[in-house]
Amino acid sequence: MSTFALIDGNNFYVSCERVFNPALEGKPVVVLSNNDGCAVARSQEVKALGVRMGMPWFQMQALARKHGIIALSSNYTLYADMSNRMMAILRQFSPHQEIYSIDECFLGLDGFNLDLSDYGQQIRQQVRRWIGIPVCVGIAPTKTLAKLANHAAKKQPQWDGVCDLSSLSEAERDRLMDGIEVGEIWGVGRKLREQLTAMRLSTALALKQADTAFIRKRFSVVLERTVQELRGISCLGVEEVASNKRQIVCSRSFGLPVLRLAELNEAVSSYAARAAEKLRRQFSLAGAIHVYITTSPFREKDPQYSQGITIPLPEASDDTSKLIRAVQWGLKQIFRPGYRYAKAGVMLIELGPAGNRQSSFFTDEEKESRSSKLMQTLDSINRKMGKDTLFPASSGIARPWRMKQGNKSSCYTTDWRELAEVRC
Amino acid sequence: MPPSSRGGARPGAGRKPSSDPTTTIRVPVSQKAVVLDFVKQRKAGLPLSHCLEIFALAEHPPRQKFPFMSHAVRAGFPSPADDYVEKRIDLNEELIQHREATFFLRVKGHSMVEAGIDDGDELIVDRALVPEHGRIVIAAVDGELTVKRFYQREGVVKLIAENPDYPDIEFREGQEMLIWGVVTRIIKSV
Repeated sequence: MSTFALIDGNNFYVSCERVFNPALEGKPVVVLSNNDGCAVARSQEVKALGVRMGMPWFQMQALARKHGIIALSSNYTLYADMSNRMMAILRQFSPHQEIYSIDECFLGLDGFNLDLSDYGQQIRQQVRRWIGIPVCVGIAPTKTLAKLANHAAKKQPQWDGVCDLSSLSEAERDRLMDGIEVGEIWGVGRKLREQLTAMRLSTALALKQADTAFIRKRFSVVLERTVQELRGISCLGVEEVASNKRQIVCSRSFGLPVLRLAELNEAVSSYAARAAEKLRRQFSLAGAIHVYITTSPFREKDPQYSQGITIPLPEASDDTSKLIRAVQWGLKQIFRPGYRYAKAGVMLIELGPAGNRQSSFFTDEEKESRSSKLMQTLDSINRKMGKDTLFPASSGIARPWRMKQGNKSSCYTTDWRELAEVRC
Repeated sequence: MPPSSRGGARPGAGRKPSSDPTTTIRVPVSQKAVVLDFVKQRKAGLPLSHCLEIFALAEHPPRQKFPFMSHAVRAGFPSPADDYVEKRIDLNEELIQHREATFFLRVKGHSMVEAGIDDGDELIVDRALVPEHGRIVIAAVDGELTVKRFYQREGVVKLIAENPDYPDIEFREGQEMLIWGVVTRIIKSV
């Protein structure tokens, strides 16, 4: 029988902030999305006040004033480094690891002949001690159940952060699943939850006991597999190799509404440059690039406009300047004056490996090899000297459209100039 | 009865009539067209040189990585130092025991001058080490990180300042103190 563990950081972003700023301990803290828009992480204290995930900051301001909620801008540089540390620590606990998101990973524990609850506690304590991040552990015979166990470990204090379903009897497991809402199951989104609830399949137990043939017919094979997994039949293995992304997106809201083409040009150029850098990091080439612009749906009185265009490239490329030329051309096609634009985005699509580049008849090989050397140099300088040391001039210098990050903490672990201070 | 589409002879099935024995081969999907094209040209009886040209145009050989050489290859005597080339000292390896658990912090204040820790120094802090009596530690006290010497004897726990002008921090029952990490090195500018 298979055994999986799912390890997940508690309020991960908030926990990262608390490591370097202990004054945040025990206080209601939210981390806001890019541009300080809405809540992307909430401390336990904030959850208790009824702040939902994704709630816009302006909607919680009354609550914030009343309860002294501390709002922080997101510091993804810090969270990414803490995540890398956490994943490296967890790797010590199993030869099979699947990193599922920035703050959670699966470990394969097949054939681990030991007390798994104990092992879970060891994992928990080591992560807590080494990097200061509290985590919960769910252990079960399938990945879907491991997710469910993790949910129980988080919500029900009697588990002390580690819930091992494989140690429970069938009846005990059913009782636990009876208390868990169907929407909490891995792979059951909001829409599916509504449909299932309407059919009286509103708990994890009800879905587990549903007829698989019916589920397959009425919904999908995917949901049928979920039912099997809830029954303890493992259908999903640990996927160890992180697959390259099939598309790369770089999109941001602006700090201020943007009206002019020149500024939109800067913004999309800088997003294209950023996306190209990510593209080269995974050794891929893009066959096409998509650019879009949109006004803000929150400003209901403003005239609304939103448009996008996909530009196929004559040959697949990872060259920043070519991609920028393409998005600028595309932007000119879709831009309409007289709107207050709130957001733009660039998406690289039709990605393929850089190894088998297909040249066209007109390709100037010498120029190509010069451009690839230039990109390598650009990337290595930016890696060494810091992001944006070298950048295309077309992405602008003052960048008035750049997003607001009013209350961002320092990059304590990645920038020597921004180390945390210790009182002495 | 209508004629059945099942059973009977299928065109192209069965062993191929050939005097030569055959075998199946695997080729990369990306190169399938190239290989088929090559075979077709061969069958058409075109001269080999022509085929090879098609081949070269269609395929870009992948870039190769070459092993790092410590010096340029010369025609004369080999360098006598060649056998002795070793990796240069890396401070990360020498000074950091637990990579994931190690953090750098910058000092602000003067309470530890007699332990050699001055304002503006950077500290290497290892959170994986167990804080023992007498070690210099980082502790979270009243919402702030502070550096002090850890004292733990006969039920008494306190944080000792290494400067007579500064008081020690003592802990009473119920008061919470969290040891954040253990200082392993002090980095100074001179």
